Amino acid sequence: MGRFSSFSVARWLGILIKEFLQLKRDRLTFGMIVGIPILQLLLFGFAINTDPRHLPTAVVMADPGPFARSYVAAMENSSYFDIVGSIDAREADALLDEGRVKFVVTFPPGFHRDLARGLSPTLLVEADATDPMAMGGALSVLSQLGLQVFAPDLPGTRHSPPPSPPVDLRVHRRYNPEGLSTYNVVPGLVGVILTMTMVLMTGLAMTRERERGTFENLLATPATPLEVLTGKIIPYIIIGLLQVTLILTASRWIFDIPIRGSLLLLYAMVLFFICANLTLGITISSIARNQLQSMQMTVFFFLPSLLLSGFMFPFQAMPGWAQAIGSVLPLTHFLIIARGILLKGNGLELLWPHIWPILLFIGVVLAAGLKTYRRTLD
Amino acid sequence: MCASPETENDMGAPLAIDVSGLNKHFGDKHVVKNLALQVREGEIFGFLGPNGSGKTTSIRLLCGLLTPDSGQGSCLGLDVVKDSARIKSQVGYMTQRFSLWEDLSIEENLDFVARMFGVPDRRQAVTRALEELGLASRRRQLAGALSGGWKQRLALASCLLHRPRLLLLDEPTAGVDPKARRDFWEEIHRLSAAGITVLVSTHYMDEAERCHRLAYISYGQLLASGTAEEVVGSLRLNTWEISGQKLHGLAESLQRLPGVEMVASFGAALHVSGRDAALLQTSLETALAGSPLEMRPIPPSLEDAFIHLMRGDQDQTASGGH
Repeated sequence: MGRFSSFSVARWLGILIKEFLQLKRDRLTFGMIVGIPILQLLLFGFAINTDPRHLPTAVVMADPGPFARSYVAAMENSSYFDIVGSIDAREADALLDEGRVKFVVTFPPGFHRDLARGLSPTLLVEADATDPMAMGGALSVLSQLGLQVFAPDLPGTRHSPPPSPPVDLRVHRRYNPEGLSTYNVVPGLVGVILTMTMVLMTGLAMTRERERGTFENLLATPATPLEVLTGKIIPYIIIGLLQVTLILTASRWIFDIPIRGSLLLLYAMVLFFICANLTLGITISSIARNQLQSMQMTVFFFLPSLLLSGFMFPFQAMPGWAQAIGSVLPLTHFLIIARGILLKGNGLELLWPHIWPILLFIGVVLAAGLKTYRRTLD
Repeated sequence: MCASPETENDMGAPLAIDVSGLNKHFGDKHVVKNLALQVREGEIFGFLGPNGSGKTTSIRLLCGLLTPDSGQGSCLGLDVVKDSARIKSQVGYMTQRFSLWEDLSIEENLDFVARMFGVPDRRQAVTRALEELGLASRRRQLAGALSGGWKQRLALASCLLHRPRLLLLDEPTAGVDPKARRDFWEEIHRLSAAGITVLVSTHYMDEAERCHRLAYISYGQLLASGTAEEVVGSLRLNTWEISGQKLHGLAESLQRLPGVEMVASFGAALHVSGRDAALLQTSLETALAGSPLEMRPIPPSLEDAFIHLMRGDQDQTASGGH
């Protein structure tokens, strides 16, 4: 049966116009659209501290001597670092760019020899500083390690501490040299606010029709589910883009956040992310019986998004099961994408591993939404 | 029973609605049972029954808002099960509860509905509807701010925008004052004269009498249908009117007499009805012997007939039917 076969642009446009008119009349919602981003930006702009451990770390070993190995072992024992492997410099750089490791530790050639001679060889630590909270504890541990690991093994220093640290630890805070936490929070806020307002508002949009009885009227017209669903989504996409613009502008003025990558790419990604949230909102609203239920379901989705996506707590600091849940959530991937574009200047090819999970989410949820949309009142 | 909508019945008019064996369950509740209904083109068909009898569900089945669990039939020559999308575009459905958008203005509501149905010359159609309604000067007012009577008129106007061939009106005059009700029915008759078929559900007897034909539905079952006279006649009811002074208290004692099935007060008179004419008459004559009250046989009214039918429902419920 041609359930979705006849899409009428005229009808679709009608639904679109109606949604805009209703939005215009709804002052409270309108206030929410503008108020929430500003309020959250100010609240979260100065926030939250944590001390995550088990951060993925890559090691570039130009000199695989015993000192280097014991240093790596000590890093692991500190529980701050999970060594994902020993690789070459190019690979390490790529991993850092993709956000798959938080640290790259490079042992220079002749590390063992220089150390034994007391020449304080340079140990390069490159840190992904987009989330400065996530690396604070780890970096301070790293600077202590040098003394603890090498002091007992170094000749001539057994009875008196060395005059200078045995290794010259050089930390490169990549992407966020000053270690500003707002750099991390603000791009994340784009995602959090979109999740909250998009899911909530679309969730309410349809249940409101059902609760007021106007849904019956809508069903009595020849409008198809696809026309109704998309017609209701579009106004909120535009609202979402407005919110993002608002946050980006404000964060540029208030917090001086850099925009290193392509703004166009960012907006394209934002669009994907908005779609993911809207399809969820619409699906919620076709399942929920009334506006209250719709709100409850939104909260049910919003809390894990907030807590498990890496917005509140660094993703790597979470236990495996929480990471598994988190990686289903679009916000998790969007956070990496937004930080990647804004702070690292990542391009499309690096972001792809985080784009397809969002697309998959849209596909699955949209299918569920079309299936549960009640074309009749049964 | 004619299965094809094009089949002409004895009156010579083709059928706008011809369904049979329609069933609908909500969970384990059997809301509509084997509904068979034939409505001729251009007639005003009254749909009566107590609250919760399945009238609204039946109407929703007819316009494709609900899919029947079983049954077949046609609406405007289209299959009610398969062609609900095409039926919708030719049917005007006015819901029991005001279901236009209260946060849209009168004009915006009409414009939206016109867009949904793809009405040609939309702007003109909306303007014409506003003028006919007499709301042209208040077009920017929010629909939610209208009074009950105006809401009803607006709802009807929005149903008519796409020039439907069939109007389904679900208790359209509930909560509307008598003057507005009368105007509304004048409008319905004008539409019917113009060839539009109207199926209207109602609780009001005066409205039922304004319909060409009627159906009485109770607990999902169609109990009687036909013209008002046919419905009254089919019950084979005999009614006596008892008039005089001091009638109060009498109704209760009469109710217990053999042959008396129903006693109803009508102002200064009682209507006593029963199907067994001889038994009813002797009972009443013995009971009233020597009293100053007058009794005379009258033709049973539609109201007598419906109250009788509703009593039957209660007996059915009391005897543990549902």
